[in-house]
Amino acid sequence: MGSLNTTKPKKRLSNSNLLFIIAGIIFILMYGFALISFPDSFMQFQTFFDLFNLNAALIIMTLGLCVVMIVGGIDISIGAVCGLVTMACAMLLQSTMGNIWGALLLSLGIGIAFGLLHGYLIAYLEIQPFIITLSGLFLAQGLLTILHKDPINVTMPAFVSLRDFTIVIPWLGTQNRLGVFIPCEIKPGVIIVVALVVLFAALMKWSRFGRNVYAVGGNNQSARMLGINVKKTIFFSYVICGLTAGIAGFVFIMTTGAGNIGNGSLFEMKAIASNVIGGILLNGGVGNLLGAPIGTLTLLIINELIRAAGVQSNSQAIVSGLLLYLFIVMQSIVMSLRGRRNFRLALPSWLQGKKKAENQG
Amino acid sequence: MTRLKEHLSHLSHLFLPLSVLVLLIIINLIKGADYFSITMVNGAFYGNIPNILFGASELVILTIGMTLVSAASQGQDISIGEIATITSAVFVLFVLNAGQVTLLTIIAGFLISCVAGLVVGAFNGILVSGFKVQPMVATLILFLGGRSIAFMIDGKLSPILANNISNQIGTVIPGVPIQTPIILTVVFIVIIAVVLKTTNLRLYVESVGINPSAARLNGINPKKIIFLTFLIMGVCAAVAGFIAVNKAGRHDSVNLLKLIMMDAILAVAIGGNSLGGGKFSMSGSIIGAYTIEMLNRTLLRLEVEPEAIKAFKAVFIIILMVIASPVVRVFAGKVLDKAKTIVAGNSLPKTGGLNNAVVSSTDTSGKKEK
Repeated sequence: MGSLNTTKPKKRLSNSNLLFIIAGIIFILMYGFALISFPDSFMQFQTFFDLFNLNAALIIMTLGLCVVMIVGGIDISIGAVCGLVTMACAMLLQSTMGNIWGALLLSLGIGIAFGLLHGYLIAYLEIQPFIITLSGLFLAQGLLTILHKDPINVTMPAFVSLRDFTIVIPWLGTQNRLGVFIPCEIKPGVIIVVALVVLFAALMKWSRFGRNVYAVGGNNQSARMLGINVKKTIFFSYVICGLTAGIAGFVFIMTTGAGNIGNGSLFEMKAIASNVIGGILLNGGVGNLLGAPIGTLTLLIINELIRAAGVQSNSQAIVSGLLLYLFIVMQSIVMSLRGRRNFRLALPSWLQGKKKAENQG
Repeated sequence: MTRLKEHLSHLSHLFLPLSVLVLLIIINLIKGADYFSITMVNGAFYGNIPNILFGASELVILTIGMTLVSAASQGQDISIGEIATITSAVFVLFVLNAGQVTLLTIIAGFLISCVAGLVVGAFNGILVSGFKVQPMVATLILFLGGRSIAFMIDGKLSPILANNISNQIGTVIPGVPIQTPIILTVVFIVIIAVVLKTTNLRLYVESVGINPSAARLNGINPKKIIFLTFLIMGVCAAVAGFIAVNKAGRHDSVNLLKLIMMDAILAVAIGGNSLGGGKFSMSGSIIGAYTIEMLNRTLLRLEVEPEAIKAFKAVFIIILMVIASPVVRVFAGKVLDKAKTIVAGNSLPKTGGLNNAVVSSTDTSGKKEK
């Protein structure tokens, strides 16, 4: 028996991991390119941390969207929900009964409410996710404008101190021209990002729910035949997405400190783009959750590079579109090359053997 | 009689858009009985219905293209507003550089903008059919960058189309009582209807949308068909951009047809089409597009506050989709069956009749579900 197991079968790289590795390589290449072309700014650790500091909300949103994309759906309401949360929190904090914990609960509540609505309608009533989340986007934007039309700047002392609170890393930093040492600063939002990334990665990798998500996204029917509760899995993935949108809204207002109609608008498109760069396919079933933050960082670095290079403001969108185009084409070429190598006709084994013999002879 | 039934079952996919349309008309009639009144102002029809037809013209044309794209490629093109902006920028550039504006220059500019639409459509089409990128991701590129391209073509902030002919195309030709965009839309719909009737386009698109591999084995090249639908989408966007820019009289590359893809996708869904590809109903989509325009105008007519319009629209769409969802339909069918059973049980003699009726009705419902 032992002799049979001597030839260990070569473990084939799964699509998710391949795309993740591509995303990682792209990220490293982009950062390396940035380091070479603009060493002054990108060598500083603070630049790297600022990517997180300023875009914590976007990264959190992509995590939730990633789960939904792996399950085979899409959620385009997240940006609007985030904006709604910021405005609702700002109004609550500015009112007399303002309370940070209350605002946190409110943001989580709004996020979960939207998630429950989407999840129930999509999973149990089997309506197309695009339409439902589109109406979710309209609903959130409408509620936002009903709540308040003008920007609100939160002036509550406890909140302002939270907004300005930064974690200083004394042993890491740069010296400015005068020789004064400036330590690096991290906003509390970054810690939430890191915690959520670890939590979600563990959830998708090791929990039953995460495996169910991959199974349902890969093939709905066979997942059902394996005894997975497909509807429940889809439902909870949308709830999680709504929850992350709520958290993202709270982190957003924690960073900017104001509620505004424009907050979080078009974040859903940015989130979809970064997930695609991160190797998560819209078809579902393929993708590594760590690809989501890496894709977001790649997108942000592209934007930083374009800004640093001094490209005209209206061609910035074109350049970032072109880079996105390059990545998408590259991904697709790699995937198709991989598919071609392993292309086999679905013939019975005895027929295949015959064919091989014919080919050889 | 059977033929009539067949005909009715053929029209059953129009049930959702038509019922919504009827519902909206009833709401409007309750609000004011003069909803259908049409008056003549300066030799043109003026009223609620002409306004809806006028306002929805671009949306209808874009919806036609979107229906084909969704049916063949199993995904949506989210860059249609941007394609229309680019093509209309080309049109405006040509007309403004032509010097004297005659009907010929307008037609030449329109044809050139159609070519530009084909080029942009081919860009999306190559990505989707050749590189097998999901349509939403492929068109995301133009969605992000398209308006900047249009701005660069413009060269300056919103050039103005101040000439007599474009004014007439955007509003009314003297002597013709119907607004020109309505006529153009009708012409476009007729062309598409003729194409769908006389060619194999519908069959090919549907077979590719249902199963690309099966279509390939049957001798249809799915890549070619998907590419073709994107080319048609480009032309549709060019026509819509032409109408929109003539209506507006100036080319505003930031706001022209902004976020119209949401409405177009919605129209396709309200028309009873699956967004996952396969069989499609063009008439349903067109009715869906008019329904959306009517919904927008109804909300305005009901004097809903402008801030709340989006929320109302969302609630309306959610209710609509819930009613139309397969689960609710099956449930409603069961309830109807039960009601029929009870009615039948009451009419039959009490001894044993009820049980027989129950058994027979459950049998039929079981068959229906299969």
